[in-house]
Amino acid sequence: MSDTLMGQAIVYLAAALICVPIAKRLGMGSVLGYLLAGVLIGPFALGFVGREGENIMHFAEFGVVMMLFLIGLELEPAHFWRMRSQILGLGTLQLALTTLLLGGGLLLLGLGWRGAVACGLALSMSSTAIVLQSLKEKGLGGSQAGTSSFAVLLFQDVAVIPILALLPFLALQAAGGAAHGEAPGLLAGLPVWLKAGLVLFALIAVIVAGRYVAVPLLRIVTKTSVRELSVAAALLIIVAIAYLMQLVGLSPALGAFLAGVLLANSEFRHELESDVEPFKGLLLGLFFIAVGASINFKLIAESPGTVFSLMLVIVAVKAAVLAAAGKLFRLSFDQNSIFALSLSQVGEFAFVLLAFIQRLGIVGGNWIDILMAVTALSMALTPLLLLLNERLVLPRFGTRQQPTERQADAIDTEHPVIIAGFGSFGSTLGRFLRANGVETTILDNDSDQVDLLRRMGFKVYYGDATRLDILRSAGAEKARILFIAIDNPATVDSLVATAKKHFPQLKVMACAGSTLAAHDLIEIGVDAVYRDFLDSSLRAGVEVLADLGYRRYSATRAAQYFMKYDEAAMNQLAPHRHDQGVYISNARELIRTQEQLLAKDRADIHNLNDHAWDTDTPVTAATEKL
Amino acid sequence: MKKILILFAHPRYEKSRANRALLRGLDGLEQVTIHDLYEEYPRFDIDVPREQKLLRAHDIIVWHYPLYLYGPPAIIKQWMDLVLEHGWAHGEGGNHLAGKAVCNVITSGGTRASFSHDGFNRFTLTELLRPLEQAARLCRMLWLPPFAVQGTYRLNDALLSDYAARYRRLLTALAETSGLEPVKSFELLNDWVADLIRKEQP
Repeated sequence: MSDTLMGQAIVYLAAALICVPIAKRLGMGSVLGYLLAGVLIGPFALGFVGREGENIMHFAEFGVVMMLFLIGLELEPAHFWRMRSQILGLGTLQLALTTLLLGGGLLLLGLGWRGAVACGLALSMSSTAIVLQSLKEKGLGGSQAGTSSFAVLLFQDVAVIPILALLPFLALQAAGGAAHGEAPGLLAGLPVWLKAGLVLFALIAVIVAGRYVAVPLLRIVTKTSVRELSVAAALLIIVAIAYLMQLVGLSPALGAFLAGVLLANSEFRHELESDVEPFKGLLLGLFFIAVGASINFKLIAESPGTVFSLMLVIVAVKAAVLAAAGKLFRLSFDQNSIFALSLSQVGEFAFVLLAFIQRLGIVGGNWIDILMAVTALSMALTPLLLLLNERLVLPRFGTRQQPTERQADAIDTEHPVIIAGFGSFGSTLGRFLRANGVETTILDNDSDQVDLLRRMGFKVYYGDATRLDILRSAGAEKARILFIAIDNPATVDSLVATAKKHFPQLKVMACAGSTLAAHDLIEIGVDAVYRDFLDSSLRAGVEVLADLGYRRYSATRAAQYFMKYDEAAMNQLAPHRHDQGVYISNARELIRTQEQLLAKDRADIHNLNDHAWDTDTPVTAATEKL
Repeated sequence: MKKILILFAHPRYEKSRANRALLRGLDGLEQVTIHDLYEEYPRFDIDVPREQKLLRAHDIIVWHYPLYLYGPPAIIKQWMDLVLEHGWAHGEGGNHLAGKAVCNVITSGGTRASFSHDGFNRFTLTELLRPLEQAARLCRMLWLPPFAVQGTYRLNDALLSDYAARYRRLLTALAETSGLEPVKSFELLNDWVADLIRKEQP
């Protein structure tokens, strides 16, 4: 079954679909889930995929390329420039120290100095895919640990180029020139200066093409308004750059990153992001599965002691070096522990480098196999280490900082009203209440928005309103009203559930963008629901009627009446939401009533009580009996 | 020439034949400002400074409305409560209205005869207007008797246009007459206008 492309696709997708949700549920993160899926379908467990896992890995490495492209997109050149000292400082420190220590260790284990240097360099690499995916999932991308990790990874990406260029020289010495270095790509056998020149030329080509080819291309493509075309263009850009980079022996990931940075300032940034994102996600998942499948359990089973102790020592050394470097760069304990542990594995570049080292004959096949197994195992270890750190170490020894992208603000005031979501609805409500002397505690999840409103003098707090601790510190226990003005239905659902469960005294009010959304809100127990369009459309209706010559007061009363009627209809229909038959008949009834009302309106702008003001048709009280 | 401000209040003007006729009869009177309260403030959100400015710019104030259940429509009360502020209209420093004249122009379903002690409505119009009269007194305004268009259900077009002409005549007379004190002796301003017309006809 797994021989055909479709069969393989089924195996990979099903494995991911089974393992990833379980892993997420257990709090392990998706990376570990994918790795487990890989192990499960790999040759040593179910055996659905065999050695072709390695080919798939090559293909799936494209996910890493795409990820770096996306990272580049999010990173503007100015920001990139600001990181330069971190990249150079932390990066050099990590690479040099790790190579030195691991190389030294391998030398002691009996590897020749050339092999020790080569393998030391390979093992000093960390896994961009695992680190960035794990940190992003934990919301640590923008933290100090996140940026420092990124700086180190970026430096490693760049460092791969000279390492690949230098390895053949080690081979030259080792094998007496018999197996001349077979650097991948076109440039094999060219003199070093020419290679360097061509590499530089390729980089410049990427920069120039990014500006003067990619942007005009995207402009033409978006004009056609065919969505697939812009996806195709995004993929073409990435594949073309990756290919060019491979031709000159550079890391495709690095080239993609560079292209991403160049396009970060263009107007297509968000478009490209959303185009590439799904591919990146799937390919990265595939990559992790492939890593899982490639773990050589046979070798591990044969010499478990060697493999595991080697892996543990390597991870420990890497983590120690990283921790020292982090300390030197003044990372706090919490951030430093995350930084050190997340980069402690041996990364996917090691596969490339080790394979190259083997081909060059610098080190024997047995060593390479063991180191490959160590690499894969260490990658699987990272999510576990991060999990342990998060669950066991930080709560005990850490400073209990909330590891969110931006620290949730400590909320120092308790107000009777909490407004969740400070968009146009929430902010208008907040302004109105404030103008009338009611201070509100405002929660919003958009840090830009929070900063802006703060500068304008509002008390707006950054935080995820669905989190119990944030609600509690916002004073939900003492507040009287929680007003939800958030668009995202899932967020609203969980917020209402949390509020109802933990703060039963809190009156929950919410705004809804549509009548159906209002029905949902009523159904989940929101005490009062306001459809944001109702008031303004009726006010507009009054103006329309007035412009057509109707009396404003009559139109206003008609609107007030209509609003009451409409609200009543909404409350009446909401309980029958999922009872399809009833709902439909109710909806029909609603339409019928509405039609009747409309007909009555046309005849006489309806107001049942208005006969009292009707001076032309006598009513008993006003007539005389004389 | 004195300037007249008509504070018109009808919650259902589009259905009132009588009031339409009355107001149309005023077309072209330069000294008269018609201020349609229900049209201006359908949500009862009366703009007090604007109303006070209008009051200051006029010499005679007319509350023009249909009588419902023996009183003016709600917006007249709302208007009085908000605009006739303490410290502006009455009380200390509240002298902005002092010396201005005020009268009511009222349409009612009941006839003049029904608004009498023996009639169906048991009180005279003058008596029913006491709260307004006292409010005007408080603001040191000159309270004039009402002008009433009564028995509206029975008014045919000819009668209505006669009333409209008399309303017009009333306003020009109010604007032209320098001392209005003597007018207070009439029970209704209808009678004063009738006198004026009788005198004009030889």
